[in-house]
Amino acid sequence: MSEAVREAQKKGRPVIRNVDFGDITYRGYYKQPPSAIVSILHRVSGAGLFLFLPFLLYLFQESLRSEISFAHFAGIASHPLVKLILLGLSWAYLHHFTAGIRHLFMDNHIALDKQDAQKTARWVLVISLVLTALVGLKLFGVF
Amino acid sequence: MGTPKNIGQRRLVVGAHYGMRDWLAQRVTAIVMVIFTVVLLVSFLSGQNFNYEGWAGLFARQWFKLFTLVTFFGLYYHVWVGIRDIWMDYVKPVGIRLTLQIATVLWLLACAAWTVQILWSV
Repeated sequence: MSEAVREAQKKGRPVIRNVDFGDITYRGYYKQPPSAIVSILHRVSGAGLFLFLPFLLYLFQESLRSEISFAHFAGIASHPLVKLILLGLSWAYLHHFTAGIRHLFMDNHIALDKQDAQKTARWVLVISLVLTALVGLKLFGVF
Repeated sequence: MGTPKNIGQRRLVVGAHYGMRDWLAQRVTAIVMVIFTVVLLVSFLSGQNFNYEGWAGLFARQWFKLFTLVTFFGLYYHVWVGIRDIWMDYVKPVGIRLTLQIATVLWLLACAAWTVQILWSV
């Protein structure tokens, strides 16, 4: 029996079987540890970047082809809605990046135990959000 | 019948395609992308030339074109491994799964060709 199950019985928590999406989200029966949140966001951010790949390649193309197309790129990128999308994609990239580096450390058996794994997962969330905030401030012209 | 030949201590450890190749490719391509990200950021931000000339000038050099292209090819392999994992986790009917996997491969090949076109347009 896993550690989590034994603890649940000891503390008299309700035992829920056939856990579905609602149980781990809005119904809140199971509080997800930071590592689980990092893990699902790693997947979500990767899928999001994949879906927006044509948009990003198009922007890349317009930014490189010529001075005129660069002006076109700058025009698209200055639209507030596009800026919001780019901010979302920046978060996706930064989260995928930092969570990926955490993976590489864990592949080398660094920070594998319960406490350390949760600690590094929290750091991934904090670092990616802080960097995204910096990108956002730059994007919306604060500095 | 004896014991199965492919489990436990008798499990084949070489050339068996248990997913080691994709697992490793995902990590290697990730490291290449990390290095590319750092090189791109450092060369662009240290250039102090934040306009078209500065940006296009980076990609005008042959070694940077090739470095970018290799990174993007690595990215597409990385995407293939990740998206295939998603299809395998959530799409159970074999026909639909295979269709999605083929569509993903074809789409990524098109992206690779597009990337060549973009890089050699500058």
